[in-house]
Order: sequence, then structure tokens, then C-alpha cells
Amino acid sequence: MQQILELFENVTQVTWQQAVMWIIGALLIYLGIRKKMEPTLLIPMGFGAILVNLPNSGAVTQGSEVGPIDVLFNAGIANELFPLLLFIGIGAMIDFAPLLSNPKMMLFGGAAQFGIFFTLSMACLFGFELKDAASIAIIGAADGPTSIFVANFFQSKYVGAIVVAAYSYMALVPIVQPPVIKLITTKKERLIRMPYRQRPVSKTAKILFPVVITMIAGLVAPKSVALVGFLMFGNLIRECGVLDNLSETAQNSLANIVTILLGFTISTRMQAEYFLAWETILIMCLGLVAFVFDTVGGVFFAKLMNLFTPHNKVNPMIGAAGISAFPMSARVVNKLGLEEDPENFLLMHAVGANVSGQIASVIAGGLILTLVG
Amino acid sequence: MSLNVAAFVDSLSIMGLGMLGIFIVVAVLIAVMVLLTRVFHD
Repeated sequence: MQQILELFENVTQVTWQQAVMWIIGALLIYLGIRKKMEPTLLIPMGFGAILVNLPNSGAVTQGSEVGPIDVLFNAGIANELFPLLLFIGIGAMIDFAPLLSNPKMMLFGGAAQFGIFFTLSMACLFGFELKDAASIAIIGAADGPTSIFVANFFQSKYVGAIVVAAYSYMALVPIVQPPVIKLITTKKERLIRMPYRQRPVSKTAKILFPVVITMIAGLVAPKSVALVGFLMFGNLIRECGVLDNLSETAQNSLANIVTILLGFTISTRMQAEYFLAWETILIMCLGLVAFVFDTVGGVFFAKLMNLFTPHNKVNPMIGAAGISAFPMSARVVNKLGLEEDPENFLLMHAVGANVSGQIASVIAGGLILTLVG
Repeated sequence: MSLNVAAFVDSLSIMGLGMLGIFIVVAVLIAVMVLLTRVFHD
């Protein structure tokens, strides 16, 4: 009898904190499956959260026994490898032609990073140390790999909460952005039409673009070279025209494999002792602040531009598309435009701003690393 | 929870430098893109 009790002793060691994490893990899985919110990340993270919060879980390190999830964490996240590999896939998926044909959209990508720096100040106000504040602020980059890269670089103990916040809010862009946009724009502004004239972009320009961008961004913010370089390398193998197999692999197999490992592995930072803290709730709130003020920054910049170009006005909603959540933000802006005027097609302008946000968010990440690191 | 106003004020310089830095880089990138599309066109 005693032996039987000892066999199932582990059951009695469940803590209420672990049980709460099971519920959170189940919630992430539910959101991923039923609500289709970033399922590629939320489902592995949710399952991983359950896995690492079982008492004496063999999946994570227990004493001298190193768990496999910690092995993967050290192999790919502690050294920032997984997010960088994912960036190759993301770069291979992006077509920068809408941006190259209308370079001024890049301004909105820059303006829409305001939320990052605003949130950094707010996080400092709420008592977070500067490096943790910077790690939290980078949620506003609306870019998972950049968030993981920066949070890990600063060895923030809030990596788990930061990643959950980043991916959750990226999936919630269609819910977060529209009310903010409507609040800070007038109906007249939302009705501004922007006819699209497609300017052809040569293959040579598309090939040189990733190389030149990498060099410029790298010279300005050397700590961003890895982020920018891997992203642009992916884009180069897409655009060069002679590496279709590699481009296909990067966009599909590589991105999928790394995504599986990334989501599952980051869950090691979702152990109850790391995750269940008042700071996690505050980080979730600050993440929302970051996304809101990204939107505000982009829209207000567009309004500012209109003061100087009264005869060639920009629809301020385009500014909101400068957030890096590609392509959701562009679709949100296009949809809002069509709701106001069924003949106002803003999609191509919004896509230009949206892809510029991808570049600008990486540059912002590099600047944060330089200024705070 | 106490608010750390001093840290907030100190961080404003990072906010300013960061946004300035982004716009400087953006301006350079725009110039480069215009140059690329004008020099290398079909």
C-alpha cells in the first residue's frame, strides 16, 4: 500500500500556481484553435505551458537532470538563433515592391514605432529596471522574433510574458486598431481618397534593396545587423530569381520547423514561478499600450504630413498600417477605408506602410539595443 | 505600487533619441530607395 502511495506521490505535489498555468495553457490552445489567433505560436506555447507546469516535470531541468525543453532553449533561444532563422523565412515571404514604388510610406513605418519608446518610458514609470522596460517596450515592434531577440539580449526574466503579450496582441490587431483609429480620426479624414498609380520596380532594384538596407541599418545600429541581415537575406533569396528552391524552403519548411521549436521552447519561461506575478498583468497592459500608441504615432504623423501637403493629402489611417503586424494591419486599414467609402481602396498604400513597418521595427529594436544595452 | 518618476524622466531622452534615430535612418532609406528605383528602372 505504501509503495502504491509512493508511486503516485507526485500527484499530491501539484500547486495552485501550476493549476492556474494549466488553465492559461488551455486558454492559449483554445484561442489558437477556436479563435484562430496566431495558432502557430499560441498552440505550442499553450501546450508547452502545461508541460512545464507539471510537478517535477521531466521536460524541464530538475536538479542535475537537464530537461529537453531547456536544451532547446539554450540551443536556440538563449543564443537568439531561432528568431533569426525565422526571420529568414519572414524575409522570403515579404514583397517590398509596394514600398519601393512609393518610398515615402517608410515614414509611417518609422512613426508607428512610437509606441515602443512611449512604452519604455511607461515601464520605467511603473518601476521596471531599464533593461526589463526595454524588453517590455519591444512588444510594440509587433514582431515576435524581434521581441524574443531583444528580451533575450537583455536577459529579461519576463521573456515568457513578453512573448505571450507580443503574439497575442499581434493576433488582436483587428480588434485593437479599429477603435483607436476611429477615436483619433474624423470621418472626413477617413474618407480621403488615395489613388494608386503602380510604378514598376526593376528586378535589379529589388535585388539591391536588401543588400543596401542591411549595410545602412548595420552601420547605424550595429547590434541590429543580425536582425536586419537575416531578414534581408531571406528577401534576397526570394528576389534573386536563382534560388527558388531555397526561397520555397525558407518560406515553408524552415519557417514551420523553427516556429514549432520556438513556440514550444519559449514555454520554459512560462513556469509558474516566472509567469504568475503581478508584473505579468502589468506587462500585458503595457503591451496593449505599446500597440495603441504605435497606432496613434502613425496616424498623427500622417495628420502632421497633411498640414504640409494640403493638396496631396494622405488618408491618416495609412499611418496605422505602419505597425509591423503584416499583413493584418494593412487589411484592417483597407477594411476601415471601404467601410467609409466602398470605392476607396487603400490596400496597396497600406501594404507599403505595413512592410516598411517590418524594417522600421527591426531598426527600432537595434536602436533600443544600442541606447539601452 | 509606487511610481518611479525619476526613471520616467530619465527615459524620455531615450524616447527622443530613439525616435530621432529612426527618422534619420528612415530618411536615408527613402533616399536610397528613390535612388535605386531611378537608377535601375526597366
